[in-house]
Amino acid sequence: MKKHYTAPYIERNSAGNLNKYAHTTVVRHQDNIDGVPIKNLVEKYGTPLFVFSEKHIRRSYRRLLETIRIHYPKVEVVWSYKTNYLAAICNIFHQEGAAAEVVSRMEYEKARSNGIPGNRIYFNGPSKRKQDLQLAIQEGAYIHIDHLEELYLIENIADELAIKPKVAIRVNMDTGISPMWTRFGFNYENGEAYRTVQRLVSGGKIHLAGLHTHIGTFILDPNAYYWAATKLLNFAQTIKDNFGIVLEYIDMGGGFASSNTLIDQYTPGELASPSLDQYAEAIGAAFNASIYVKEHNPRLILETGRVLIDESGYLIASVLGKKNLPTGERAVILDAGVNINITAWWYKQRVLPTKPFPGTYQNTVFYGPLCMNIDVIRSAMPFPDLYYGDTVIISPVGAYNVTQWMQFIEYRPNVCLINETGEVDVIRFREDLSDITSREFIPDHLRQI
Amino acid sequence: MNTEQLMTLAVNKNGFVFDPENGISYTVNETGLFILQKLQSGVTKEEIIDFLTEEYEVTAKNAESDLDHFMAMLKALNLIEE
Ligand SMILES: Cc1ncc(COP(=O)(O)O)c(C=O)c1O
Repeated sequence: MKKHYTAPYIERNSAGNLNKYAHTTVVRHQDNIDGVPIKNLVEKYGTPLFVFSEKHIRRSYRRLLETIRIHYPKVEVVWSYKTNYLAAICNIFHQEGAAAEVVSRMEYEKARSNGIPGNRIYFNGPSKRKQDLQLAIQEGAYIHIDHLEELYLIENIADELAIKPKVAIRVNMDTGISPMWTRFGFNYENGEAYRTVQRLVSGGKIHLAGLHTHIGTFILDPNAYYWAATKLLNFAQTIKDNFGIVLEYIDMGGGFASSNTLIDQYTPGELASPSLDQYAEAIGAAFNASIYVKEHNPRLILETGRVLIDESGYLIASVLGKKNLPTGERAVILDAGVNINITAWWYKQRVLPTKPFPGTYQNTVFYGPLCMNIDVIRSAMPFPDLYYGDTVIISPVGAYNVTQWMQFIEYRPNVCLINETGEVDVIRFREDLSDITSREFIPDHLRQI
Repeated sequence: MNTEQLMTLAVNKNGFVFDPENGISYTVNETGLFILQKLQSGVTKEEIIDFLTEEYEVTAKNAESDLDHFMAMLKALNLIEE
């Protein structure tokens, strides 16, 4: 039997003057964010450190809105809270004019505490409890119905409060891509969505204001949006024809891909992900071909999350140690792991040194600080030799991390925002022991040890 | 390709490589060691690829591209010259 093969590999042992032998230097490094030196950020706020760029967030929001408006002017982009609900981040979007899209009581309360009135909240999700619906309906929110039990519940609440709640039906459908997110809302092709509208109308207690879909996330095929929009607009026409109801809005959900690269994707995300213009064109093509749109001019709503924030967020991490793996690869242990950078499980994130390094590259794997095998930030990529205390910058990490991060083993770190004039604020402070223990209770018999 | 520098290296069978001319040492992995020894015995690139595919579970195509990469590393370390 032949021997197991690993690629041949040679490494100079001394840590002396690498320069003498360096025929290549690192082509790319990133030593600042929006002109603020990373060195200063690290000195002042420590690592790991999340950094967001306000300038980039605002630019992304305006760019999306402008791009869609070229194709369909009556559009509203609402902020999808789950992507990043730090109050400062939400308020940047709200200042830009975005309403709020929420999927739970917690997110609903967060939007309200950010000063968003109920009638500017779109309430999605399969898990709204009765009290949540009562509150949201009382405050005039738009409720996007996910299943029939919810519909019945809303009818009861309508009776109790003597209010006619404003709702949309969430629709799922075949748009030519997989996986099909059929577990949310009502199916279009098998008539379930139609029967739900029929049931809603016959109850006479609820105002049907719109149709909603969210076909998935990180959708790499813009055509899927053409089919989704076409089906929703046809459905709107059917509702008009059969029930005489003219809808206020068509909500296309989120799902645009950011420039991140999926783990199993060969082409880098910068090249593989469609441009905003391609998505806008697909949706615009469906809207502009629709007679329903010509006659009724519905509001187009987008609940874009990821693409509006992913590239605006960075994670700075320090090297805690390194080792040589039996495979010949170099392993670097960072102080930031999947506990705070969950999306490292989905993406091959960009990891860059924060200063130029002379020397040759080695295949380097980046691990986090957790005592677990799953804590891999980045699989092997060529990287210059790092030393204890060096820093790296990981991006894009702006979407879904500062919401999905977990309280596990480590304290969650400072999160900073660089404002448009280059000043830095901490928008979420590093945790300490009181964050871990403040909700705990020790029964009397366990106080003495 | 000039492999003169390579010939002066002391290569031990655990993969420790020492250059007596300047005192610099290197570490190679098993396949790296395999190739270094072949290079020192003066065989051609094609022959090395044959040796590799005979000895290891690897296709000629992959072995060739890895060998090219390894030669580039040697060059970067000034151990061979064009
Ligand atoms: C209902 C709904 N709207 C919007 C979004 C935001 O999606 P994305 O971040 O992919 O744009 C999500 C995310 O899962 C969602 O479930």
